Amino acid sequence: MSAVLADMPEIAAPATTKAIAPSKGGRPWTFYVLATLFACYVIALYGPMFCIYILSFQDIRGGLVFPMKGRSLHWFVDLFTQVRTGDVKGSFDRSIKLAVIVTVITVVVSFLAGLGFRKRFRGDTFVFYMMIGSLVAPGLVLGLGTGLLFQALGLNASWYTSALGAQLSWTLPFGVLVMFAVMSRFNHAWEEAAYDLGASRWQSIRLVMIPVLAPGLVAVALFGFTLSYDEFARSLQTAGSLNTLPLEIWSMTLNVTSPSLYALGTVTTIVSFIVIGASLGSIVLIQKKRGSRVRA
Amino acid sequence: MKNDRGDIELAGVCKSFDGVTNVVDGVNLKIADGAYCCFIGPSGCGKTTILRMIAGHEDPTAGEIVIGGQNVVGLAPVQRRTAMMFQSYALFPHLTVRENIAFALRVRGQSKSDRLRAADAMIEKVRLTQFADRLPAQLSGGQQQRVALARAAITEPRVLLLDEPLSALDEQLRVQMRQELRRMQQELGITFIHVTHTQLEAIALADLVVVMEQGKIKQAGAARDVYAHPHDRYVAEFMGGQNVLSGRVEKVNGASFTLAQAAPSGIEVPLQARSTVSVGDKVDIAVRRDDVALVRPGRDLPPGCTTSLPSRVLAIEYQGYFVKVMLDTVPDDEFVAYVPEKTFFADPFTVGDVVMATWATGSALPLA
Repeated sequence: MSAVLADMPEIAAPATTKAIAPSKGGRPWTFYVLATLFACYVIALYGPMFCIYILSFQDIRGGLVFPMKGRSLHWFVDLFTQVRTGDVKGSFDRSIKLAVIVTVITVVVSFLAGLGFRKRFRGDTFVFYMMIGSLVAPGLVLGLGTGLLFQALGLNASWYTSALGAQLSWTLPFGVLVMFAVMSRFNHAWEEAAYDLGASRWQSIRLVMIPVLAPGLVAVALFGFTLSYDEFARSLQTAGSLNTLPLEIWSMTLNVTSPSLYALGTVTTIVSFIVIGASLGSIVLIQKKRGSRVRA
Repeated sequence: MKNDRGDIELAGVCKSFDGVTNVVDGVNLKIADGAYCCFIGPSGCGKTTILRMIAGHEDPTAGEIVIGGQNVVGLAPVQRRTAMMFQSYALFPHLTVRENIAFALRVRGQSKSDRLRAADAMIEKVRLTQFADRLPAQLSGGQQQRVALARAAITEPRVLLLDEPLSALDEQLRVQMRQELRRMQQELGITFIHVTHTQLEAIALADLVVVMEQGKIKQAGAARDVYAHPHDRYVAEFMGGQNVLSGRVEKVNGASFTLAQAAPSGIEVPLQARSTVSVGDKVDIAVRRDDVALVRPGRDLPPGCTTSLPSRVLAIEYQGYFVKVMLDTVPDDEFVAYVPEKTFFADPFTVGDVVMATWATGSALPLA
């Protein structure tokens, strides 16, 4: 006991110099601990993807594992020219088209739902939980059910009917939840002011609500697009005879044993980043446009 | 022919949101064309609901709202030719000052050059020319208020409705914008209806002050009337500046009556035309705080004073041109004297001193 007590001042003294609060100039030791933690997190998050990207740039001798053999774009060319790798171009087209359709429907429906939920109505909680329900339902099961239902009704499953429906069951609740968050910051006095100044309902939506909510609507669109573009579980049993891109990649992992698979991963990632960049860019542009009029 | 009269008549106006309680309960009121009218009352008294009903944002459950001789119930704000200035101004955040002000003209389909010219003229009127291309978020509170005012006024309404327009501003700006509102009202020459919960604001601005409580009008009249001659205890206490005392009538003698109180001789109160009292009635009276004089015990009362109430000084607050002296004159109610600064410091009291509170008999006012 006495030894412990005797040690106390020595322990206490350095603690004052290693305080959490930053001292003059230097950073506290906690900064380095947390920075290391964050670095590990980033590596864990992006490391696997970077492995794919790097390996896709091998030359013709390339294999599926490290070490890297040569440097070229061979497998990208291979991807779009060789038939044996599968219908990459067709599935890519379908995925983009499907994602665009899903995005449009998600934005329109989410916006209308946002308008509908401005005021409470009978059964609004029920409607809300029904929506959340489809969000938590296992995707594979939901896709399976959709496929079965189409079969039972004698309809052919295809990417633009059954897969579209299955994907919407996933993107709509997301879109609506984002829309609720966006709407919660919308001041309803703006609508009243528009009405007071003589705007019709349509004018108040067009001239006030949509412009004010525009950044939020872009966010909903981005959600809709990315969720649809890499949707797998719900599409698996509903896409019919023609694959979407994630399904194509999955089937390629079963029978393609060349780095062209990795090349495909790199290409789809680039497309994703272009879409995200375009969305964020348009939000920045909207804000800049508003800002520039100030300086004019 | 366009009807430009902005006189308003409310006849038996009721509003209930739940079908059980009336938020606005049978309000009758006439507001003259071109008047500045202030509705005042605590929150929840129905003043904002009345404003919104006149504006056309709520429909009354019963009663008529007549503007310029025309019943406007069921009409849209534009058809009523009213305009509202919202509490938080509700300026469109994505539009510049100029576009905000031109909004009403835009939805009416005016050409861009016409509406921007009209907006610029209005911007000049509210002295915002150098801010015309700014967004609302880049303006101060006072500037935002001017934009809101200009946006509402550009349609040349016959009635402008203001919902607590000054509550978002700090004290100093409030006084400044108050004058600006009055100036704009006189410049535009239209009826202003202004909802507030600040007494000073109401009496400083209004031609007609309407004091409300629980959906009913307690008193409506000129600012000076309502402040100096409150109708009842509620109005006297709400408008402030009055001491309210209550007691039983001891005797009635011609033009005055005597109120039994903890005073040796009771309180003599002049009998005003409206009050008929008989012995034994419980009556409230009001005495203005600035009418109360404080005299040290044993000294002569000032001329015209017959009542003197012995009191102890509870607290003293220096207010600049007067000194607020709080007394324990009446057991349950606040009793305060506003003593002019020079008078007070000629012979200052300290807390705990015993003084005689007195006032000219004629200045006591019996309340309903």
